[in-house]
Amino acid sequence: MPKLPGLVKGLGVTLNTLVRTTTKGSNTVQYPHEKETPPIRARGVIALREDNCTSCMLCARSCPDWCIYIEGHKELAPPRRAGGKPRQVNKLDRFDIDYALCMYCGICVEVCPFDALFWSPEYEYSEPHIADLLHDKAKLGEWMETVPEAPALEAGAEKKGKK
Amino acid sequence: MNALLAADLPYWAQSLLRVLGGVVAVLLPAGTIVYVFLFKMMSFMQSRLGPMEAGPYGSLQLFAEVGKWLQKEDITPERADRFIFKIAPLVVLTSTFLLVAVVPFGPDAWFTNFEAGVFYMLAVSSVSVLGILIAGWSSANKYSLLGGLRAAGQLIAYELPMVLAVVGVIIQAGTMNLQEIVVSQNAGEIFGWNGLGNPFLLTQIIGFVIFMIAVQAELTQTPFDMPIAESELVSGYMTEYSGFRFLTFFIAEFATAGVFSLIASVLFLGGWGIPFSWFGWSGIDDVDNWMNVVGPLIMVTKMLLLSFVIMWVRFSYPRFREDQLQRFAWKVLVPVSLVNIMVTAILKVAF
Amino acid sequence: MTSTESLLDRRQMAYIAAQASDARVNVELETEGMTLNIGPQHPATHGTLRIIARLDGEQVVWAEPSCGYMHRGYEKLTEVRTYPQVTALINRIDWLGSFANEVPFILAAEKLMGIEAPPRAQWIRTILFELSRIANVSLFLGDLGVQLGAVTPVFMAFRDREYVLNLIEGATGGRFHPNFDRIGGLKDDLPAGFIDETRVVMKKLRNFCDEIENLLFGNEIFQSRTRGIGVIPKDIALQYGLSGANLRASGVDWDLRRDQRLPMAWDKIDWKVWTHPDGDSFARCWIRLQEVRESTRIVDQLLDGIPSGPVMAKVPRIIKVPEGEAWVSTENPLGEMGYYVVSKGELGPFRTKIRSASFNNISIVPWVLKGVYVPDIITILASLYFILGDIDR
Repeated sequence: MPKLPGLVKGLGVTLNTLVRTTTKGSNTVQYPHEKETPPIRARGVIALREDNCTSCMLCARSCPDWCIYIEGHKELAPPRRAGGKPRQVNKLDRFDIDYALCMYCGICVEVCPFDALFWSPEYEYSEPHIADLLHDKAKLGEWMETVPEAPALEAGAEKKGKK
Repeated sequence: MNALLAADLPYWAQSLLRVLGGVVAVLLPAGTIVYVFLFKMMSFMQSRLGPMEAGPYGSLQLFAEVGKWLQKEDITPERADRFIFKIAPLVVLTSTFLLVAVVPFGPDAWFTNFEAGVFYMLAVSSVSVLGILIAGWSSANKYSLLGGLRAAGQLIAYELPMVLAVVGVIIQAGTMNLQEIVVSQNAGEIFGWNGLGNPFLLTQIIGFVIFMIAVQAELTQTPFDMPIAESELVSGYMTEYSGFRFLTFFIAEFATAGVFSLIASVLFLGGWGIPFSWFGWSGIDDVDNWMNVVGPLIMVTKMLLLSFVIMWVRFSYPRFREDQLQRFAWKVLVPVSLVNIMVTAILKVAF
Repeated sequence: MTSTESLLDRRQMAYIAAQASDARVNVELETEGMTLNIGPQHPATHGTLRIIARLDGEQVVWAEPSCGYMHRGYEKLTEVRTYPQVTALINRIDWLGSFANEVPFILAAEKLMGIEAPPRAQWIRTILFELSRIANVSLFLGDLGVQLGAVTPVFMAFRDREYVLNLIEGATGGRFHPNFDRIGGLKDDLPAGFIDETRVVMKKLRNFCDEIENLLFGNEIFQSRTRGIGVIPKDIALQYGLSGANLRASGVDWDLRRDQRLPMAWDKIDWKVWTHPDGDSFARCWIRLQEVRESTRIVDQLLDGIPSGPVMAKVPRIIKVPEGEAWVSTENPLGEMGYYVVSKGELGPFRTKIRSASFNNISIVPWVLKGVYVPDIITILASLYFILGDIDR
């Protein structure tokens, strides 16, 4: 069989793609109208479960670009058992993450010993102003609703008790 | 157009109509080609949809783009040669308007009709070279200068194969009048059978291929887009242009693509005509008046077909290097077209 | 026979001599040269590389790359970061194949600590490493088209790279910056369905390679633009310290994946190192095309034999690397990438030297650009394939 010239083959590839796009639709997604679901593990935004946070500052210290701001104070809570001593708990005053600085490495989520920080695949939180990207604990708490269950693991994986 | 209107319109009205007709004949192909091919076909060839938001299927995107360009600041580089810099895009666009003036759209629908039509067409198509050269020179930018010089070298190199490719058609038709070339194709016959007329595409297939290659180079479309070469020369001679002046270059580029497609369809595909034998016409004087309406539509169809090929090649191929292009023009296209002329002349005399 | 007498070298010398004789005529006529700054803002430099070229007409008489416009000081930054933080940072060096950046650093740290990741982690590391190679090099195949003036291949590359990025995102959570490697293993195991999905994607990638080959590599214009252009002979390539596909395209059979013992899974499967004798731009591009295909085959084989078990060795929660020095380099998408880690037993490295492939690869630019035309600068740069983050670090 004589070899087809490469020039003709090249035209064939583009024509093929033209036909395929016309008949089977494009590979792109018309974003604001239709949306792709990100994978479960996608690192979209960091959500905060405020009750679990003890303001231990581990996350703020391990953040590579120091974009987490935490302030807290100690408070006396009523004792667990009747007649016991009042407990001392750490109350969270401020928990801000500056998403203009955050580089989505996930170290804070990993180091958190009390399961207060989670990754959510939510991604639509851009702001026209860079300063507005500093989100406080109320906003971070709202994202808690979008946190999915951890995905099942591939066959052969050893189940671990991690979150 | 002329014969229809000459009787009952004053001269100024005729002139106005011609100017309007010229603008429509330049802008309409440009807009159609940009939307259908540049926006849509290119996107589809790349597995995407292209503009979808402005109007249904993005059909009003072109107006949005034009509006954007018109709003932009008209920047002239500090060290540019101001006057030349500013008129350069207009010179390029002028060439397009001059070209469209000789294209016949129907038996009476033409702007001008004179004996040396082909000669005139080939002559004015080189005016754009001048515009590109002065655009590149006056921009005071090294990339523009390289682009402009490349454009000049390339366009001059490709004038010759284009001229030689057309000579075959002139020999076969026996005339340089574009209208008569159309008539001779549609009134002709192939070995006594006149069901299809005699489009020169069949007899001048080599000439057609060379003409289309030369057109591709003349339009500076990939694979011959070294003057623009956005990955090497940023944007070549257009680098420093912005706003309306860039828009002018842009319109000129795609309008010229349309006009050259029109000319190619006149020279090789039978132009506005349908084979005269279908209706028993014997010559141009027999052709019915409704052809003045149908003719332009046939022309637009053929134009879209040829522009499709031009754009298809543009979106599929990488570009040559300047010296390879020159070598290709002088060592391949010119000899082949000379042989084509010789064979055509011999056959013309023999039959 | 010395290598200077090789056919390649003679071809290159003849090429240069032909170019130089033209240039000499112009010198005699005393025509003035023109200095052309390609970059720092130029569409062909993938970022902010600047190439100062002295031209004679369209011919380069002298050229020199000037880098550092995007220097981010990673070597210094690592000194004030802990080991997990460094992993997050060094993702950004070669931003297209970011997982591959983490591996040598983590391996160096593991070497210092004297631990080794469990086999399952090694296999998953290798899979992700090859996936990032595919993501990186398939974009090169598309970008090559743009540099040569063809607009379509780049969209095909973006289209099919998206599948690979989706895989990486599904497994690690990050599309570009996975930050998935940990000292002693991986952050997490693969999510369910990853293996089947990967098999489908690998098939798509092989189709993509065929498409690119038909659209670009088989094209006569492409071949005339790249064959015999920018020839780098074997010995010159070795002298300038080229690595990766650029070196293999010059006929040197050298691949760190095969040539050194690392706790990775490459030696457990069957694959081939591609070389090409020509050393020109076409050879470099062709080698990369073959490597994408080979990588899809490697991934397919790895998926078959992935062992079960944990993905994390026993490491303390707060990692302190014992005192010592270690050098580990791997065959990254762009070439050899290595980390020389000096530890003083603290939370972070005391000093890190990063050997990135692109920085060494573009060191040959002054040599190889001598005597070529302006359009060839772009093809040669494209075929050398550098990433700005990898040059400037």
